[in-house]
Amino acid sequence: MLKIKNLKANINKKLILDGFNLEIKPGEIHAIMGPNGSGKSTLSNILSGKKGYEISGQITFENQNLFDLEVEERAHKGIFLAFQYPLEIPGVNTNIFLKTSVNAIRKAKGETELDAIEFLKLVKKKANELKFDQEKLSRQLNVGFSGGEKKKNEILQMSILDPKLCILDETDSGLDIDALKIVANGVNALRKKNNAFLIITHYQRLLNYIKPDFVHVLMNGKLIKSGGPGLALELEKKGYENLN
Amino acid sequence: MKESYNKSLTEKEVENLKNYKYGFSTDIEEVRAPKGLNEEVIKFISKIKKEPEWMLNFRLKAFERFKKLKEPNWQKPKYPKINYQDLYYYSAPKSMKDKPKDINDLDPKLLETYKKLGIPLQEQKRLNGIAVDAVFDSVSVATTFKEELTKKGIIFCSISEAIQKHPELVKKYLGTVIPLTDHFFATLNSAVFTDGSFVYIPEGIRCPMELSTYFRINASDTGQFERTLIIADKGSYVSYLEGCTAPMRDENQLHAANVELIALDDAEIKYSTVQNWYPGDENGKGGIYNFVTKRGLCKGNNSKISWTQVETGSAITWKYPSCILKGDNSIGEFYSIAITNNYQKADTGTKMIHLGKNTKSKIISKGISAGNSDMVYRGLVDVSSKAENAKNYTQCDSLLMGNKCGAHTVPYIKNKNSDSNIAHEATTSKISEEQLHYCQQRGLNSEEAVGLIVNGFCKEVLQQLPMEFAVEAQKLVGISLEGSVG
Repeated sequence: MLKIKNLKANINKKLILDGFNLEIKPGEIHAIMGPNGSGKSTLSNILSGKKGYEISGQITFENQNLFDLEVEERAHKGIFLAFQYPLEIPGVNTNIFLKTSVNAIRKAKGETELDAIEFLKLVKKKANELKFDQEKLSRQLNVGFSGGEKKKNEILQMSILDPKLCILDETDSGLDIDALKIVANGVNALRKKNNAFLIITHYQRLLNYIKPDFVHVLMNGKLIKSGGPGLALELEKKGYENLN
Repeated sequence: MKESYNKSLTEKEVENLKNYKYGFSTDIEEVRAPKGLNEEVIKFISKIKKEPEWMLNFRLKAFERFKKLKEPNWQKPKYPKINYQDLYYYSAPKSMKDKPKDINDLDPKLLETYKKLGIPLQEQKRLNGIAVDAVFDSVSVATTFKEELTKKGIIFCSISEAIQKHPELVKKYLGTVIPLTDHFFATLNSAVFTDGSFVYIPEGIRCPMELSTYFRINASDTGQFERTLIIADKGSYVSYLEGCTAPMRDENQLHAANVELIALDDAEIKYSTVQNWYPGDENGKGGIYNFVTKRGLCKGNNSKISWTQVETGSAITWKYPSCILKGDNSIGEFYSIAITNNYQKADTGTKMIHLGKNTKSKIISKGISAGNSDMVYRGLVDVSSKAENAKNYTQCDSLLMGNKCGAHTVPYIKNKNSDSNIAHEATTSKISEEQLHYCQQRGLNSEEAVGLIVNGFCKEVLQQLPMEFAVEAQKLVGISLEGSVG
């Protein structure tokens, strides 16, 4: 599904990713762990198409060159990024934002757009599954939401859009244990044979609730170690410095 | 005196048309006054409109005054000198000369024009629940729903017709809010105004539908000088909408309308404008000069006047819809969205003049500038010594897109009363790359994303518009900013 070969990325002449390689197949969950400044967020930014990086190397998504696609086209193809810091958009009702998003993607796929009633039905179902307070959906997007609510809102959007590749950028940071479980349940419920997850995190604790197939350790812009779920536990014990 | 003109579109014009969808011109035979501004032309206008003598005298008096006035130039957007002798002051579709009695007698080309604008005038296709008065160049061409309104005693017609049929009302109120001597453009309007709408809502009547006027400048080299007069008698209510478009022409066209509103005791007038005059091309060539004087008088106690404007068009917008709060407990409101893109310029805001006791005013202004455009909010809150316990709240927000545009806020506050409570808040922000990226990651293209963010920014004002207009205005906000990101 996703193939990254020898990815190098600079921002303001500073090398952030230095020969990064990764392949994700449908049905898999990959976790990337790494210390601060290891390049984790740069990776998710580049996958989503954020501008401002000097990039070399290759990324293909379903055999298509990712660099040929605009940000929104990547979203239309099924790449979803749950942001580390979800943005506030004052004056924009959350439901309207969600509906615009769902329909933009449906339209791009050649599907019929949802009308207000169909949309609300879908939102209601998903919000209930995630125990997301529906009252918040009639508020301005992320304005006045707590950190946890913002993150849950990202997962709600993810479950409504039902993407192929879900990238979670430190979605677990700042969550209390209850919220963490809800987020994890949301991810697990969404897990299918034909979609995949890339979970970027500092800590092992999210992986107690979401069982990854692969764990990778990112340091200084490249993967220094890959393994099964056991690697996360080892990391938790030893710390990044003493790995190897 | 007669002139018909024909214009075939060049490829460039066709291309432009796609950007400004109202940019077509209608090839229609016109009756025009001779070019230039003098007593003869004013007499011509008055005669062709079969006006009574008092009206002609009103015009001539204004003209005498006009000759002594100097064109103001304190505004921020500067423009090349206008040669007032090089304009036509009256231009009317020829078929209107012997006024058709029925909408079905109208020139089919006119009907076609309004159809293109989305304003169907024929009985069977009329806008749902909105009575429309359509003004084409200098004359009002059709007023719909007239009979239904007449049953309630509501008068909604062209000002020309009102001068003929309701002289007592026109005489009593015309020029009482914007006097003959007011200022250069307003006085010019008093001398040469051609048509516009007249509304009278009788005592205790709540107007059952939105009243709407649609202004269209078609002829070239023509100034458009409408005059609108709305009177809400005691305890009445009316909501009035105004829409404007013009064809795309290389030259700048002057639009200097006067709008006077009068609310008597316990009456309320809600006046909404969606102004989409041709803004000029992306290099700043052509476009309308929108130099309009709009003023409302809360004459009676407990009266209320509310202005809502969405200003997206015009090369230069220069206007300050104002409220004179004369009656005790009267309320003035101003909700504004002004958008400038490319080389458009706007110097707009409001004046709230507090004269009565316990008067309240509220100003919500949202300015959005993109491209190379420049925007000024200029507002005056004036509290007189007798206006005890007056309250004002002003909020001015500016949103910048790109780094070549400007936004300026110039609030004036004159306060002669220590009882008053005046609050001013202002913010300036930019659409952040992060916000755009977030929306795009959710599948919106950059223009949809900007539209969404900007509509969010303008929400407080858009909410003030009547439903039918709000949807239209939301789309317009998006269209006006197309191409401003990237």
